[in-house]
Amino acid sequence: MANILVYALQYEGAFNKNSLGAVSEAAKLAAELGGEAHAIVIGQGVSDDLAGSLGNYGATKVLNVEGPEGLAQPVVDAMAAAITAGDYGYALFGGGLLGFEVGAGLAARLDAGVAMEITAVRAEGGKLVAERPILGDSAISQISFRSDVGIIIGRLNAFELKETGGSAAVESLSVDFSPFSGQATMVTRGEQRGADVDIEGADVLIAGGRGLGAEEGFELCEALAGAFGGNSAVAATRAVVDAGWFPYAGQIGQTGKTVAPKLYLAAGISGAIQHKVGMQGAENIVAINKDANAPIFEFSDLGIVGDLNKIMPKLTEAVKAKKGA
Amino acid sequence: MKICVLVKEVPDAAVQKKIDPSTGRMDRSGEKNLNPYDTHAIEAAMQLKESGAMAVDEVVAVTMGPDSAERALHKAVSLGADRSIHLADDALAGSDVAATGYALSKVLEKEAPDLVLLGQQSDDGECYTIGAVVADHLKFPSLTQVIKIDVDGGTKLRAERQAEYGYDTVEINLPAVISVGDAINEPRYPSLKAIMGAKKKPLEKVSAGDAGIDASKVGGDNSAAQWTGSSEPPKKEAGRIIEDEDTAETVEQIVAWLDERKLI
Repeated sequence: MANILVYALQYEGAFNKNSLGAVSEAAKLAAELGGEAHAIVIGQGVSDDLAGSLGNYGATKVLNVEGPEGLAQPVVDAMAAAITAGDYGYALFGGGLLGFEVGAGLAARLDAGVAMEITAVRAEGGKLVAERPILGDSAISQISFRSDVGIIIGRLNAFELKETGGSAAVESLSVDFSPFSGQATMVTRGEQRGADVDIEGADVLIAGGRGLGAEEGFELCEALAGAFGGNSAVAATRAVVDAGWFPYAGQIGQTGKTVAPKLYLAAGISGAIQHKVGMQGAENIVAINKDANAPIFEFSDLGIVGDLNKIMPKLTEAVKAKKGA
Repeated sequence: MKICVLVKEVPDAAVQKKIDPSTGRMDRSGEKNLNPYDTHAIEAAMQLKESGAMAVDEVVAVTMGPDSAERALHKAVSLGADRSIHLADDALAGSDVAATGYALSKVLEKEAPDLVLLGQQSDDGECYTIGAVVADHLKFPSLTQVIKIDVDGGTKLRAERQAEYGYDTVEINLPAVISVGDAINEPRYPSLKAIMGAKKKPLEKVSAGDAGIDASKVGGDNSAAQWTGSSEPPKKEAGRIIEDEDTAETVEQIVAWLDERKLI
């Protein structure tokens, strides 16, 4: 029961970075438990070369399943089949929307315990203990499992990927999908909406949230980014992207991008965990918010409690003046 | 058709949340409210019903929780649900996500809904996962974090959501379980009349035994994921806070701070 099975999400010929991190983490933990890290891949005609490339991150075996990718329930079917036939003590996910869905469905299917938003896992007495930050990251819960299989869903970017130069044996696994998992079908996948903006390479990011009040609020962000000039860009939270105020390509957080600029200035962003996971790597975090209790102040280096409509235009002028000096 | 909406009572957003150090469970005393995400699920149900896109006969709010959770059901029916079901049993206390999902699925099984809606996360546990657990027990297809639902011919839905690589559009046959994000709609405020009338709508109290729940699968001691302790996170040095009183002065301080760090 010492082996760990990892779901590796792939899209258009490449693996998801968080999945690769989960494979690396599983390899490290399996070694401590005296077992192996295996990965499972689902898709239409995924090449054995691609599947086998997971060996470079520490997987010793990869199960390649022909089936629909992008929906959770077929993956639950496949993982349940693999775990039932194999010798697995844990299933590990790198986070993201599908990781949460598959992990939860698998817990129901296998009568297994599930822990989510996990930031660290350690082996203790031949078992895994997972750590989950709770209550706005003000405390960390330790979770262990009493079920035959423990399911661990990582928080985004929690697991670091590590190239080992290893190789993996690829086996194809044929799965009898359950009737209900065929009741959902993908119509379009990965649709990009709105303009293409590049935020990942920017040194300065001016990010806007719901506190901007309206789509027009982004003009304040654009003006400030313009004042910084050079390698600066504007980014946004999921809430305002879903509201149609800003293009999806500029979204930071759980279902968006992960950034680590030199300066991250958050305007009208409350700082929900889902946003935090995408930007906490920034070197300097400045937040402007009128709510003194906003969680973002707990992890910003400089916090300004006030009205962004008053502060941003003046700050823009001041930055321009400083630049000109 | 019948829509069941899963709702949950959570500590009010203004209440400082804390953990009971002896059990690792959330201290749920203090002011409580209906989970804000669930109001979006109820609104989604009401819009499906009122638009006539689906022939919805009934919207039923379902919760699991202690006696106080009744108030969440009152709120749910004041927002438009026709009746409500309260699964309450001491044996359920301390259930983890998997056990909670199992227990709720047993209540839903008896209701045989065509659609189960819920909020994508709760304000307290933030687990995102209960919908997927419930769906697997019911053997229904499911999607989470949905931000748009269109009805396609009465028995099929077309749902949109943000996933790892952009927006996905998925067709899903009923019966199904769908959890919704807060971008899906703007929930209505209940009218005074609806609030007054809420207590007159039928509320059925169900025990674990009534629902056919296997007691060995629920409750804190039987849950498969066990809390074994807690610790303090590494302390991050508190940042500097400026209360903006004189904006010119505030901006001067920001610029000086940025300049010190060579960020301008």
